[in-house]
Amino acid sequence: MQAKKMSIPNRIADYFKRYRTSWLMMAPFLIFFVIFTIFPVVLSIILSFTDYDMVQAPIFVGVENYLQVFLNDEYFIVALKNTLIFSIIIGPASYVICFLVAWLINELKPLPRALVTALFYIPTIVGAAGWSVWRLIFSSDQYGLINGFLMKFGLLNEPIGWLTDEAYIMPVLIIVQLWMSMGISFLTFIAGFQNVDKTLYEAGMMDGVKNRFQELWYITIPSMANQMIFGAVMQIVNCFAVGDVSATLAGLPSTGYAGETIVTHIMDYGNLRYEFGYACAMGVVLVVMMQYSKKFVTWLIGRMGH
Amino acid sequence: MIKMKKRKKKLGIDNRRSKIGNGLVIFLLLVLGAFMAFPLYYTFIQSIKPSEELFQFPPRLYVLRPTGEHYTELFQLMSNLWVPFSRYLFNTLFVSILGTLLHVIFAGMAAYPLAKHNFPGKDALFAVILLGLMFVGQVTFLPSFIIISKLKLLNTYWAYLLPSIGASLGLFLMKQFIEQLPDSLIEAARIDGANEWKIYFQIVFPNVKPATLTVFIFQFVNIWNGLSKELVYDEQLKVVKVALEQISASNAYARMGSGMAGSVLLMIPPIVVFILLQRHVVETMTFAGLKEG
Repeated sequence: MQAKKMSIPNRIADYFKRYRTSWLMMAPFLIFFVIFTIFPVVLSIILSFTDYDMVQAPIFVGVENYLQVFLNDEYFIVALKNTLIFSIIIGPASYVICFLVAWLINELKPLPRALVTALFYIPTIVGAAGWSVWRLIFSSDQYGLINGFLMKFGLLNEPIGWLTDEAYIMPVLIIVQLWMSMGISFLTFIAGFQNVDKTLYEAGMMDGVKNRFQELWYITIPSMANQMIFGAVMQIVNCFAVGDVSATLAGLPSTGYAGETIVTHIMDYGNLRYEFGYACAMGVVLVVMMQYSKKFVTWLIGRMGH
Repeated sequence: MIKMKKRKKKLGIDNRRSKIGNGLVIFLLLVLGAFMAFPLYYTFIQSIKPSEELFQFPPRLYVLRPTGEHYTELFQLMSNLWVPFSRYLFNTLFVSILGTLLHVIFAGMAAYPLAKHNFPGKDALFAVILLGLMFVGQVTFLPSFIIISKLKLLNTYWAYLLPSIGASLGLFLMKQFIEQLPDSLIEAARIDGANEWKIYFQIVFPNVKPATLTVFIFQFVNIWNGLSKELVYDEQLKVVKVALEQISASNAYARMGSGMAGSVLLMIPPIVVFILLQRHVVETMTFAGLKEG
């Protein structure tokens, strides 16, 4: 009876008293999580309605930044288009490749399996030190690997500026990004395959599963759906966050903004022009897009194999 | 009995797979493997080519006279820097090790109540943490920069360290792993009178070694690669990665060889850490499932 009459502050106090240990154990992590993971997004949302340069106090401007983003910034449209191209090409491509390779090497012995796993994962973890070699491979002079070979075999007379010519920037960035985006979803799939209940396969044979593709579709995929969703979420984050590669290889800004992504556009307005309010509005658009892609992909995976 | 076994083998997985299928599988793996391995191989080859071979037309995929001259040059350049190289090395180790340890400890501590305690609001809290999986550094770098600068942390070690301590991924992986531990283990300790802290540190923590090591790798790699020059601009506080980038950027052409040597050196720590701990990573990712919704 007493509990029902308690005031709200008392009820909160009571709650934390009762679950004190749980919250104390979570507190150190949550402090950093709130300040450096959640608050940046909240701050983005707030600042996206203002004009802000970090020197003067933010000025409220309503939805002006958002109108500007969609109606008045032709390079944002380019950035949006490129980001979507990365997501639509690299997302599914690298997801399917990761999945197939994980499936194929699942039956290998532990040592070769470990080697292939390392090979596919290493490009993800070597970071900028790993990409710099792509600058030599796609270098714009004749010493660049691709130019050198094409010229040697007479397929090319003049070296191509792979990273400076508007027509080639995106294809090259797609190759590089594909190379480095196998990482975490690949590991997840490897683990997922190893963990599928083997008796399901025997049961499947009784039910008339004929070949390995049927086995994959009717047995493996449904039993590792959760891993597949996690892999997809990681892949979405990866694709929508493309930016560093473009800025490092093609420059910031790239020739004619051909390699611009939403992230490089945010770098451009934030780090170079100090238009933080406007840059934050783009960040909010990006986060919303990621969230809806995640919803769509989880819906899709949930329906596979049924 | 023997007959049964034979029949089982006949029905077994291998027999249902055609030779053509196997050939195709091996071919595909080789092509993809070459694509993945080539840039790493080329980085290494370029770092041991003498300068005249670096600028040779057409470029070679192998080296005729391997040399360590670029590595020597790199070490010379590094020892002539205004700030001693050992300082950059200390900064790097300090930041990556402390940042990784704090993340692993805090994430593990927070994961235990989320996995094994019952308290109102738990599901909502976990949903927010899952949402945080998407708020990675590459997406939130701008507001993070504003926050770090308003907290007066710009140009300090803390600017490198603090933002990644509260990253969602580590907590998520730890929580999924701890959930798999049998409740009876924890109940038994409770009956023996152990408090929650003791249970976590003496029972849960030793039993989730694979998850701890996995989070350790992810975070180490994350910090090692993520250290950027925007947040810290004092030369004394910079890390090896930024110093090496400055060396090769100052004269990209003449220093192509030493730039590649630097890349090779920078790639070694993450690769070594991953290879040593790979086994644990696969074990951890087994539980890294996300439900629909």
